[in-house]
Amino acid sequence: MATVQHAVPQEAYEPSLFGTYSKKIGMWLFLASDSLTFGALLFAYSYNRIANPAWPTPFGKESIANATVMTACLLSSSLTMVLGVLAANRNDKAWTRNWLLATMFFGTAFTVLHAMEWTKLMGEGMMPSGNPWAATVPQFGGTFFTLTGMHMLHVTIGVIYLGVIALRKKFLPILLVLWLVGWLATPAQSVFHYGIHVLLLGAIVSAIILFLKPKDYDAHDVEVSGLYWHFVDLVWMFIFPLVYLMSTKVR
Amino acid sequence: MHDVSAAHDESKGQYFWVWGGLLFLTAVEVLLAYEQVLQPVRMLEVLLVLSVIKAALITLYFMHLKSEIRAMRWLLMISVSACFFLMWIFFFPDADRIIHLGVK
Repeated sequence: MATVQHAVPQEAYEPSLFGTYSKKIGMWLFLASDSLTFGALLFAYSYNRIANPAWPTPFGKESIANATVMTACLLSSSLTMVLGVLAANRNDKAWTRNWLLATMFFGTAFTVLHAMEWTKLMGEGMMPSGNPWAATVPQFGGTFFTLTGMHMLHVTIGVIYLGVIALRKKFLPILLVLWLVGWLATPAQSVFHYGIHVLLLGAIVSAIILFLKPKDYDAHDVEVSGLYWHFVDLVWMFIFPLVYLMSTKVR
Repeated sequence: MHDVSAAHDESKGQYFWVWGGLLFLTAVEVLLAYEQVLQPVRMLEVLLVLSVIKAALITLYFMHLKSEIRAMRWLLMISVSACFFLMWIFFFPDADRIIHLGVK
């Protein structure tokens, strides 16, 4: 569709109060509001943790090692993301895409490891409504799954977001294949058999955006997506110690 | 238009140092969990301090908040911190009260 370009004199707009472009301010505002969502969940978890001396400590060495690797994955993904932003600033499209793909790889590794951890805990009898370790503290499962599930959802959305920025329409068939493989590969009784539909929903939303507003994503788009990704990493810096390290069983 | 490259003139090396620092702080946290020398409340305090340091490193360097203008930096930090402070004064005194009531 042809678009009409209107000549707008530079002085027609006042400079931004915050000295930056509107997309970035919008993302910062979203992140500020999202930090309150996670803040409330983390406060609820910490409140319950402190107020219940019988709080279960189910995380043995294996779980802590797994969660530490997950943390290293997210920290490394933040490094590759910031290198991607630098490459985008140099207008180096090949390296921007490579670093974004590396970030997506670490994000996917994090999600897979987390899903394995969830599966193990559920196999031991942990549910949102209760847990096998402390019958008097039923809120352990509910707070754990809400907090870590919300974060896992954010990581998944982040990987899809980066995929759209890095590969645009080429990402859609990849996402659909991942959804189909994930759906067929997970057992029907697994929570991830249904959870994997997030990828299908992500593909539909991404397709709507990519087909209704096709564009080449520039350095600003990469930087804004990076803000989201670093935020997801930042939140985990609180979840890991509060949820895992405060509930260790290492002796 | 805002020049992204001008705002982020840091070298790549700086990001590797921040990444190394974050990994180091994570290792300290894991070590504290394995040693279990601190009581839960004290452990929570120490872990929260380390987490805040890590969050500050991520926000200032990876999210480039330190490159933003002062109005943006302070508005974001003050508004979010104020909300967390309000949550803190609502939740934690009550959690502490329950402990001192002797619920074991």
